[in-house]
This record gives sequence, C-alpha cells and structure tokens, in this order.
Amino acid sequence: MNETLLLIIEWTIKGGLLAFGLATGFAYTTFYERKWAARLQIRIGPNRTGPGGWLQPAADGLKLFFKEEFTPANAYKFAFNLAPVLTMVPAIVIMAVIPWGTQIDFFGRIIPLGISNELNVGVLFLLSVASVSVYGIVLAGWSSNNKYAMLGGLRSTAQMISYELALGLSFIGPIMLAGSLNMAEIIRAQQQGVWYVVYLPLAAVVFYIAALAEVNRSPFDMPEAEQELTAGYHTEYSGMKFSLFFMGEYIKMIAVSAICATLFFGGFDGPFVNTYPLLGPLYLGIKIFISLGLMIWIRATMPRLRYDRLMAFGWKVMLPLSLFNVVWAAAVIVFFNVR
Amino acid sequence: MTPDQILFIVTALISTLAAVMVVSRRNMVHAALFLVLTLFGVAVAFVLLEAPFLAVVQVLVYIGAIAILMIFAVMLTRNVTDDSGDPFNKNARVGGLAALFVFSLLVVMFGGWSQFTAYPQAGDTSGSIVQLGVALTAADGYVIAFEVASMLLLGALVGAIFVVWPRQNENE
Repeated sequence: MNETLLLIIEWTIKGGLLAFGLATGFAYTTFYERKWAARLQIRIGPNRTGPGGWLQPAADGLKLFFKEEFTPANAYKFAFNLAPVLTMVPAIVIMAVIPWGTQIDFFGRIIPLGISNELNVGVLFLLSVASVSVYGIVLAGWSSNNKYAMLGGLRSTAQMISYELALGLSFIGPIMLAGSLNMAEIIRAQQQGVWYVVYLPLAAVVFYIAALAEVNRSPFDMPEAEQELTAGYHTEYSGMKFSLFFMGEYIKMIAVSAICATLFFGGFDGPFVNTYPLLGPLYLGIKIFISLGLMIWIRATMPRLRYDRLMAFGWKVMLPLSLFNVVWAAAVIVFFNVR
Repeated sequence: MTPDQILFIVTALISTLAAVMVVSRRNMVHAALFLVLTLFGVAVAFVLLEAPFLAVVQVLVYIGAIAILMIFAVMLTRNVTDDSGDPFNKNARVGGLAALFVFSLLVVMFGGWSQFTAYPQAGDTSGSIVQLGVALTAADGYVIAFEVASMLLLGALVGAIFVVWPRQNENE
C-alpha cells in the first residue's frame, strides 16, 4: 500500500509540474511569438512591461482575469461553457505520453522522467486524444448561436478531420522503423541508430504541415480568419473563457512540437543524455523552442490559404504523399536493414 | 473492494446513466454529447480489462470520428435541436417488446457463462498488439474477414465519389 501511495504522490507531483510548465510555456509562447514575429517584420515588439518586456504575459493574464465574461442571450449555455474546457484538456492530456528523459535517481527512488513514457499504445493515444480536441471548436462554433462562429466551427471540423488522415499516416513511418507504438521505445530505437528525420525526411515535412493544420495555425488558420469571420469559433467568447481557447491553441503548438521532436528528432536524445538524464528535458525543450520558432516564422511570413485550396491540398497532395511515405518507410527497412 | 472495482462501478454507473440520457434528452446535441460520455465509459472499461489498444481505438474511432459526424449532421440540420415533438410513435410498443426480448436473451446467455469471475491478467500487454496484427493478416487468422471489410470500405469510398462526381449534362 505504501508503494501505491508513493506512486500516487509521484504522479500527482509530475502531473502538477507538467500542467504548471505548460501554463507557463503558453504564457511565454505568446511572448515569444510577439517578439520573434516583431523581429521578423522589423519591429520591436512588447518592451514596456518589466525589463525588456518580459512581464508582458503576466500583465496580459491579469488583464484577462479582470475582464467581464459575457454569454450571449441565445447561446446554448451548457455547450458554451463546456467548449473551452474540451479544447484545453486534450491539449494537456496529450503531453502525458511524451518522454522527457530516461529516469533519475531521487534519494534512492527511480523516477522515470515523463508521466506515461512506456504506454504501449502511446502513438495511438496521441492520435485519439487529438481527435477529441475537435469537439471544443465544433461546440464553441455551434453553441455561440452566431453565424461567424458557426462557419468557423464547420470549417475547422472539416479541416481537422481531413488533415488528421495525413497526420496519422505520417506516424506510421516511425512506428514501422521502431517496430513499436511505445514512445520511449521509438526514442531508444533512434538513440541506437540515427534520428528518423534522416530516413524519413518527407514524412517529417508532411507531419509538420499536417500538424500546423491540426492546431489551426497559419497558413491554415481559416477557422479564425479575422478578416472574413471576425474571429471564427471564439467570436462570442471573452475573458477567461477566451483565454482558455488561446491557451489550448498554444499548448497544442507545444504538444505537436514535442511529438515532432519525439518521432523524428530523437526526442530527449542529445550528447551525454545517458550519463546525465536531467539533460533530457533541456534537449527536448530546445527542440520544442526551435519548432515553435519555425511556426511563428511561418505565421509572420505566409498568407492564409483560400479554403477550397486548403481542402484540395489536404486531400490531393498531403494524403497521397503520406501514403507514399508508408511505402518509403517499408523500403528503408528493407534496404537499410533498420530492424 | 479493490480500487479497480470501485473504479468499475463508478464507470459503469456513469456510462449507463449517460446511455439513458442519450435516449431521453430532447436536445439532440446534448444527446450526442451524452453518447460521447457513454462511449468514453466503455473505453475506461477496456482499460480496466487490461486492453489499452481497444480503449484507444474506441476513443479514436467512436468518439473521434463517428460521434463527431453525428454532431456535425445535427449542427447542419436547421432547428432540429429544439424539436418538441412526441418522441413516441406507433412502433414504440413493438420496439419495447423487441428490446425486452433481446435483453432477456442476453441475461439467459450470460447467466450460463462461467467466465465472469476470471480476472484480467495485469502486466505487460505489449505483445497483444503484435498478436492482433498477426491474427488480422495470417492465413489461418482473420485475413479473409479483414480483406472483405477493406473491400467494403473501398466500395463505399468509390460509391461516395461517384455520387458527388459532377456530371456534364447537369449544367444544361
């Protein structure tokens, strides 16, 4: 019983740390986006709150706490309140299967870095939780009782379901090469050989594009296209409910960056990580940081796709490419004797 | 009671209550959401039975694809959400009898089954996914059923494309 209690305490602490880290990560991702996008566009960006603007996220958070929350009179209240939660929760839950390192020795107790590293259906878990996150956006669009919100919700559902196919198929390459659905096992296989981006460069690109569409990032941010839909599915949301949507979106950005790093760039792998396991979170953090920077770069430079082009691209380019990737992965296994 | 049993009872209660709500709610979107809750309860039951693969597939297929299509259809149907019509029609009595018949059949069948006391084997289940994959593709496994199902899906795909394919003479 004592062991069970210890395990529960360990999981609670790790879960709390993860949630806290993601919330902070969200706050500073917004800051990172504003600063980095400003630099790309030869502006300065926020620099007034605190030294160099570093307290800007805290000021934004405080402002959102004190804003009035407004619910439209004809909204479907139950779904209206449920939607932000349904966007937010899967984004955090998805991070549970990302391994942050091997394990550390904490006063004689072996603690694996990560919550459920060795889950034997890890990759499928990612996909299934990601598919749940569509609900938040659909319900938000429908329950607001607003035409713009409805259009945004419908667009995002169609977009996310279409790009989920390409996303799921680009997972297959790493799974085939590692011969396992276990995230930790996929990283171990990459540590013994090379990072899978070397074998599967095309799959990595397809994954990254599909992931951008899945988290509704530019140039696939049709559901919230400001110019045509005011703000899409979260038009009617304000205050903390609005910030939950924002939080969900940014945490999903962090999550897909972590997944991309894990499947194609060795996850927490890096020099000396086997001797000093605490370097693992640092390496994964650096990889996430680079990937987020790339996303912001794309957003700062690319125009938004037209909606029919977006769907045509998803079905006519991404899907055949990701099917081709499966064949490619099989060829890699045969010709390079990966397994 | 072990923690597993408590968890099972709570899950079973929630999913059964949600199943009742699915058929008793007037608002169709609420009914669809309760259906999602029921399906999620089934996924938790799979986890408790040491079948993580089935649990994940349950969430992926039923919650992530089928239920979302239902909600999509309801959303696209105008004003169907505040439908206040009588939920019973003249088939209600026959339907009730059929349901009762199937339920009593199930009770009789399961009453004679001796495996209820068997407890799932805890431990490493990573081999079971490999076993499942082999069984689906092995000649002495389920390969014919698997191929027939895939042909059926391919037929459905082709059919859907044929239905929406633009025809030349329609523009005249």
